[in-house]
Amino acid sequence: MNSQLYSKLIFELSRPGRKGHSLPKYTSGQAFRVSARYAREEAPSLPETDEPTVVRHYTNSSTNNFGVDTGFYPLGSCTMKYNPKVNEAAPADAGLGPLHPAQPASTVQGALEIYHRLQRALSEIGGMSEFSLNPYAGAHGELTGLMVIRSYHKSRGEGAMRRKVIVPDSAHGTNPASAAIAGYDVVECKSLADGTVDVEDLRSKLGSDVAAVMMTNPNTVGMFEKNIPAIADAVHSCGALMYYDGANLNALLGVARPGDMGFDVMHINLHKTFSTPHGGGGPGAGPVGVREGLEKYLPLPRVVREADGSYSVVDSDNESLREVLELDPLGRVSSWLGNFAVYAKALAYILSMGKDIEQVGPLACLNANYVMNSLSDVYALPIPGPCKHEFVFDGLKDKSTGCTTMNVAKRLLDMGFHAPTIYFPLLFHESLMIEPTETESRETLDAFIAAMREIAREAAEAPETLKTAPHNTPVRHPDENEAALHPALTYAALTSGRS
Amino acid sequence: MHPYLPHTDEDLRAMLERCGATSADELFADIPENLRLKPGGYALGAPMAEADVRRYFRGLGKKNEALACFAGAGWYNHYCPAAVEALASRSEFYTAYTPYQPEISQGTLQYIFEYQSMIASLTGMDVANASMYDGATATAEAMIMAVAAGKKRKRVLVSATLAPATLQVLATYAEGHGIILETVSATDGVTDRTDLTARLGAGDVAAVILATPNYYGILEDLEGLADEVHAAKALLIVSAPAVTLGVLRSQGAWGADIACGEAQSLGLPMNYGGPGLGYLACRQGLKRKMPGRIVGATLDEDGRRVFVLTLQAREQHIRRQKATSNICSNQGLMTLHAAIYLSLMGPDGLREVNETSARVAHDLADRLAATGKMRLRYPGQEWLNECVMTVFEPLTTDDVLKACLRRGILAGKALTERELLVCATEMCTAEDVENYVEAVKAL
Amino acid sequence: MIKYLPTHEYIRVEGNEGYIGISPFAAKELGVVTYVDTPEEGDELTAGEEFGAIESRKAASDLFSPVSGKVLEVNEALEDDPTLINADPLANWIVKVSISDPAELDKLMDETRYAEFCTK
Repeated sequence: MNSQLYSKLIFELSRPGRKGHSLPKYTSGQAFRVSARYAREEAPSLPETDEPTVVRHYTNSSTNNFGVDTGFYPLGSCTMKYNPKVNEAAPADAGLGPLHPAQPASTVQGALEIYHRLQRALSEIGGMSEFSLNPYAGAHGELTGLMVIRSYHKSRGEGAMRRKVIVPDSAHGTNPASAAIAGYDVVECKSLADGTVDVEDLRSKLGSDVAAVMMTNPNTVGMFEKNIPAIADAVHSCGALMYYDGANLNALLGVARPGDMGFDVMHINLHKTFSTPHGGGGPGAGPVGVREGLEKYLPLPRVVREADGSYSVVDSDNESLREVLELDPLGRVSSWLGNFAVYAKALAYILSMGKDIEQVGPLACLNANYVMNSLSDVYALPIPGPCKHEFVFDGLKDKSTGCTTMNVAKRLLDMGFHAPTIYFPLLFHESLMIEPTETESRETLDAFIAAMREIAREAAEAPETLKTAPHNTPVRHPDENEAALHPALTYAALTSGRS
Repeated sequence: MHPYLPHTDEDLRAMLERCGATSADELFADIPENLRLKPGGYALGAPMAEADVRRYFRGLGKKNEALACFAGAGWYNHYCPAAVEALASRSEFYTAYTPYQPEISQGTLQYIFEYQSMIASLTGMDVANASMYDGATATAEAMIMAVAAGKKRKRVLVSATLAPATLQVLATYAEGHGIILETVSATDGVTDRTDLTARLGAGDVAAVILATPNYYGILEDLEGLADEVHAAKALLIVSAPAVTLGVLRSQGAWGADIACGEAQSLGLPMNYGGPGLGYLACRQGLKRKMPGRIVGATLDEDGRRVFVLTLQAREQHIRRQKATSNICSNQGLMTLHAAIYLSLMGPDGLREVNETSARVAHDLADRLAATGKMRLRYPGQEWLNECVMTVFEPLTTDDVLKACLRRGILAGKALTERELLVCATEMCTAEDVENYVEAVKAL
Repeated sequence: MIKYLPTHEYIRVEGNEGYIGISPFAAKELGVVTYVDTPEEGDELTAGEEFGAIESRKAASDLFSPVSGKVLEVNEALEDDPTLINADPLANWIVKVSISDPAELDKLMDETRYAEFCTK
């Protein structure tokens, strides 16, 4: 990364009269002007810039960024694995770019094959009967999955009585938020000292008012929930369903399948487990899978494989097909069939990996255990291993000099690494959550381990250096309080001085 | 070993030794045997060579047909300059995640800030968030946001002139929230204001949702609407395809409180329906009720202007079940696409895109009407680049679609047996229009 | 007289009116307060129920009302500078209310009990 911060905004490069486009002309018919009643009075404040200026601006700006291609990104729970380049070529190779979503199915058979083939591969890996790829992200998948569950209970006449969703207290904030958005009351169940669910506490909360239990496995602290068969039995015998949050599925590739553990509904983050890029926040994709018997509740639109091997799309405007297939969809969660280009990338990954995908879970877990075992003498390990694909330290082992997890995270930036996930899970005060993924080499891990040990040494010998980190990054200690107190959220606000 | 997996045998041996294990399998000793993947593993094929993967996808490409596109329905075929794709393909951008560490994420934070600024200006709003999944879910989030701001009011009125897919997504989201969603009827292709007034009068309304241009491409006259909605203590939400705001009165200028919609029209490839880009913007007073990421400017300790994620206390990772939304991500890379597109277009380019598109569409509609086989469905209404055509009996929309398809043309989207939603953009050539008209003439 | 809820709101009682804010202990735990979401004048509050929220960079907490009553005044100064709460949480109350049922005050903790509660 450049040490000199490139900090201009595109608006500051604007000069009246410059332009960065050349658009096709159309000379037939009449020139069109919007009538005064509907016309915009003032032109929008957009930059006026030439193409070279725009290209330099964003190229320079990109060098202020850290990505998986730049270096090690051990952000726990986010599975920042390598994004293979053939994935990026797949959407264009398949000619997806110019396809309009309202095209007749006969003209998009290649696209529909991507959807179907990916859906089948995910079903195989998840141990599910069918997937809808439509949800746009993990959180969206959770919401959709809970809506499947709601539809299921409703169809049995139990929609009104099952008001609760049980979520472990170690769960990511998205789980309770999704349950609440789906209209459920959230009930937390406790974790034991080893981070796994307290089965007794969970049992005491089960009843005819419970719709579902949401779990991740391995859980947020990287431990396998080995009581899962007992939990699934208890949940099922009270008539509720088991929801699997696929955030940590990477650990299980080649190891176990959620469907075989008794989960009824699950989602997968294609941008985690299946190597599609995180894109600075998105687009991701959060396909939702269901076990046999729940397929009919999946949202519209859907892709169906016909007897002759061709594909068709079932949507709200072809009711007849819907009746033939006896669908009872929960409704709709997306404009069309979801983040389609992402599906091509995930399928490219699955084809490239083939059976080798079974090595992913074991290698991801080996990498995590290797880092954990190499650092647990200097960082506090509240839950002794072996872990799965990730693990959590509760800060430095020796906290006597007052150095915090935040200090460790910021010092790692100085040393060329992205920080782990910090202050999550909430089970520990100084959580430092590390997920190395399977695509990192032993040399990279050794360099990270050395940096972490160096930081621990600094904490003891030069705590001030650590507490004032970062020192070498292009930006240091942004005033986040000021940002929240007096939010400047647009260029207009910045230049006018108002918020 | 696979090219994405760097472990040599020597690495494996040394690493296992550090872990006190003799095989990776020992790391899974805590998983009950009956839960383990069955011997034989997944029913997947052998790893494919990269050349074979590309051959496979190119083969699929042969089963996809790029058509001359006269369909819109919320998804538009505008030109995407080569520079957009080139810049958005920089892996410093696309292999990063949510910018949690501002010190090493200024690239992402800066383009999101630029995007927010551009959307706020286009919509005439004070603030915009860092984007939502798509236009339909952005509208659903706007609805939930308005209901949260409206304390105990539960009724939401939505015009029948919104896209059917958006109406369905709203209904799906409303169910969980206990929101009573009512559809305001349409007359002559636009929202029936009398019906709206009557429903508003019944009280307990948190929000009114309209779109302009609406699903039928018609510009809705929202004069006086904001005052009426506000007098009923409700919020006004107005949706619009983002590109049209280059020439049309903004949501802010109509007096709306929340602006939302689909921004795929800002030069994003159609990609058979995704990824798109939902935008959400609002007035100052509502910003703390807005879901999703927001980037703000501040100073660092050396006095440099820098950007950070801000107002995070609203979000699900802190609020858990009390958050107004469960959204964690955004369409980061798509906001980059939009920001670069808008930088290249500028105000003049955006005007040109709209005016050329409208010119093509009006020319096409005139010439289709001249065939005597169809006419404008709503002739009294003003429209931009999308309109509904009525196909005369005995012809059906299906006949038109099929005849055009034989010439490599996507004629539009059939709404009914006789109604066809037709759209044009600057990407439609004179030859495409000629071809379309000839196909209809020949029917 | 000043009384507290276990959720760290206080009410300073003056006759049949009261000033509601958050305790110094809570202010310290929250860190720099960045925003206070307040009710409007004239809103009716119910004892034990949410009436607003307070945000810092690291947390957002709901505010619960110690008593039932009507909001007489909202502390407008907090809109411009919410950090006043950090400076002096007792002086910088959030809302002033009329107390409709003084008996509700008996269920609240007094200063000694609250101090004990905070050390637990």
